[in-house]
Amino acid sequence: MEEHEKIRQGIRKIYRLFIGIFSLFAVLAIAIIYMLNNPDALSRKKNIPEAEYVAVPEEEDYDKIENGIHLRTGLLEAEGLTEVINNCTNCHSAKLVMQNRMNKERWIATIRWMQETQNLWDLGNNEEIIVNYLVTNYPSKKKGRREILTDIEWYALEQ
Amino acid sequence: MKRRNFVRKAILGSMTAVIGSEIVFAATMPKGYRPLAFQDPDPFKMFNKDKGMEVLNDKPWNIEAKAHLLDDKITPNKYMFIRNNGLIPENLNANSWTLTIDGESVNQEKIFTLADLKSKFPQYTYQLTLECGGNGRSEFDPPAKGNQWTVGAVSCATWTGIRLRDVLEDVGMKDDAVYIGYHAADVHLSRDPDKEPISRGAPMPKALQDETLLAFQMNGEDIPIAHGYPLRLVAGGWPASVSGKWVNRISIRNVVHDGPKMTGDAYRVPCNPVAPGEKVKDEDMCIIESMPVKSLITYPKSGATIKEGKQLNIRGHAWAGELEVSKMEYSIDFGATWKECPVEKPANRLAWQHFSASIGFPKKGYYEIWARATDAQGTSQPMLLPGWNPKGYLNNACHRIAVKVI
Repeated sequence: MEEHEKIRQGIRKIYRLFIGIFSLFAVLAIAIIYMLNNPDALSRKKNIPEAEYVAVPEEEDYDKIENGIHLRTGLLEAEGLTEVINNCTNCHSAKLVMQNRMNKERWIATIRWMQETQNLWDLGNNEEIIVNYLVTNYPSKKKGRREILTDIEWYALEQ
Repeated sequence: MKRRNFVRKAILGSMTAVIGSEIVFAATMPKGYRPLAFQDPDPFKMFNKDKGMEVLNDKPWNIEAKAHLLDDKITPNKYMFIRNNGLIPENLNANSWTLTIDGESVNQEKIFTLADLKSKFPQYTYQLTLECGGNGRSEFDPPAKGNQWTVGAVSCATWTGIRLRDVLEDVGMKDDAVYIGYHAADVHLSRDPDKEPISRGAPMPKALQDETLLAFQMNGEDIPIAHGYPLRLVAGGWPASVSGKWVNRISIRNVVHDGPKMTGDAYRVPCNPVAPGEKVKDEDMCIIESMPVKSLITYPKSGATIKEGKQLNIRGHAWAGELEVSKMEYSIDFGATWKECPVEKPANRLAWQHFSASIGFPKKGYYEIWARATDAQGTSQPMLLPGWNPKGYLNNACHRIAVKVI
């Protein structure tokens, strides 16, 4: 009887051991599969909760200004900026506005040309605001008959 | 380049505030990747252009090269400037493309498919210099209106196509034909379908030249979209605006063509010289035809420092519109003395020519190398800006690079 009981206990022990080993394998296998699918699982984002999805409020920052520059167009922040954005960047890039340096008279002539040939609308009271913005913020500089070379990037020439 | 990087960084840096939360994986975000919300079309990828090219305007696209990028004898696409007046046409289809020949002076209006043109007429390849009429505009004082090109709105690629002359003769012209005008598929900036962004042309003698092509290949491949795929008129030596892109119609006119950018101050200069800033009446403006003599030092890049006692090898290209360049000189003393250097014959008429020199310097110091070409009629490039004109065309002043001997 005792012998019988001993054998039984022995079998139970072996049984438990097997269960233990199988469980360990199972956990290990699951872990390996998880690692294969998520190679970054052990990298340093442990403390970060689930990535948060935030709706990007596009409208709100569409006209964001940083360091005095309207980011979307590159135009300088000054009185008249809104009028320039609304009237002068629909057809062409603001880059074209910024690289041109004209006086009041020539800007007005340019506006007339755009109205006559390029479908620009009547600017009404905004015309003065726009022209003032342009001549104040993008004044022309004297270049004379030939400028000196500037912004030279010096480098050692191997030849 | 630097400015662009700065802008990119500035935009990325400010995104945190824009999105309202930290970008969680900012540190692991691949370099060169910008979140979808901030992507603007990358012109360098879109047009296969080198990153060293300078974007002057993104609506419409206007992109120029720099002198040192134009060192190749035959300009590859990646260094070719883009000058667009309107929006690039969408859904270009070479299989359904047609070319209509019409106008007051055509015998009988006729429509060709692209396949017709390719099979019916003999094909020719020429290397042709195309320079924007406004190349160098940025130097004029008082400033001239338009894209502020510096030196890089010029190219010399090979173009393959058929002679415009062969097509015009096949269709038949009346004796009163004076001009051809092109029409194209590009879209006006205002998106008004009744407006053409640009429709220019050339007088009959230019239209009938051997080298005036209806091209369908550039450098041996289909013309890139930004340069006029699938069919471009190419008229070397004249303002590049004569070489209409995406051409689908050519009108044989009995008057000087009067399409958009043929009139007013577009591609026209005062018939008689004027003082800087002077107002010029419409009727006193004349259409630009052949471009003036000009040259570019393409090697080395400006800013080279060399050791005392070393020779400096320079090279570049020279061109002269309809004419050939007959003499090339350089100066290291601001024009006090000029030395002649060899200039090669052009690959064909209207192709730019290559020059080179080996220069010695008398002592250490700062130098500028100025290059000056002279055309077959004895006209040279000026060292100062040439005659002022309202739109700042035809600046063919000598190109120069800075060099230091240390």
